[in-house]
Amino acid sequence: MKICEVKEVLNAELLCGDELLENEVSYAFGSDLMSDVLAFVKGKTLLLTGLTNQQVVRTAEMADLSAIVFVRGKKPGEDIVQLATEKDIALLLTRDTMYTASGKLYSNGLEGVSID
Amino acid sequence: MEDIKYVFDVKKDDFVRAGETSSKVKKILRELGIDSSIIRKISIAAYEAEMNIVIHSTGGQIVLEITPGVIRITANDRGPGIADVELAMKEGYSTATDRVREMGFGAGMGLPNMKRCSDRLYVTSSEGTGTHIVIEVDLKAGEQGE
Ligand SMILES: Nc1ncnc2c1ncn2[C@@H]1O[C@H](COP(=O)(O)OP(=O)(O)O)[C@@H](O)[C@H]1O
Ligand SMILES: [Mg+2]
Repeated sequence: MKICEVKEVLNAELLCGDELLENEVSYAFGSDLMSDVLAFVKGKTLLLTGLTNQQVVRTAEMADLSAIVFVRGKKPGEDIVQLATEKDIALLLTRDTMYTASGKLYSNGLEGVSID
Repeated sequence: MEDIKYVFDVKKDDFVRAGETSSKVKKILRELGIDSSIIRKISIAAYEAEMNIVIHSTGGQIVLEITPGVIRITANDRGPGIADVELAMKEGYSTATDRVREMGFGAGMGLPNMKRCSDRLYVTSSEGTGTHIVIEVDLKAGEQGE
């Protein structure tokens, strides 16, 4: 699914990453535990999270993720948007909860990461 | 390729700058043209080690060494050390505070992640001398960059 489709499905606001909208994500992973993200997620994966601190962007950077969705309408600070812009990571903001956002994306064909 | 060594200071409780060292490590490896899956492993392991210094220690250093066959991350801190290393290595074991958990860390997966991302992991620690961690990832021909 393209990041612009994610934006549409979740009726999300794009906080940064205009030039990344045409990029594809193949899977999605929802978590507030950054070490779980680092353990299970590999490239081209969309991260959904309820956390809005710097470490979310750092985690995405280390795991080579290109987009993060902040759920429940929790908006990150300007410093976080700045860091994501520097690291070429798209940030999206949706009013949906984690459950609803995940359900919408899944039913539109975006699968979860498989854990082996 | 000549051996390369970088040393970075990591402060305790500095949650704003936490991750900067691993970010620098990642940038250095990219510029050397190292294989991207190797960079990802090293970056994740370095980041977990860096976060542990920030969260659990009184401060320390991260050292990056690049040699023809191996990339090595060494994380040294000044204490307080880990009383039971075997226990600390278990998935899910954590002594992190609620404040740290609210930031997304403290799931007890950091040391297991370092293990998963490395070819060799050495952890030595004692109360008093601090914690010393060595993370090694092997570089095969074709992954080394120029
Ligand atoms: N550098 C360190 N100094 C002191 N204690 C540490 C250090 N690194 C890890 N520990 C101890 O080992 C435990 C497990 O570490 P880790 O697997 O990274 O999980 P987490 O950081 O989520 O707690 C920590 O909760 C802490 O008690
Ligand atoms: Mg940890």
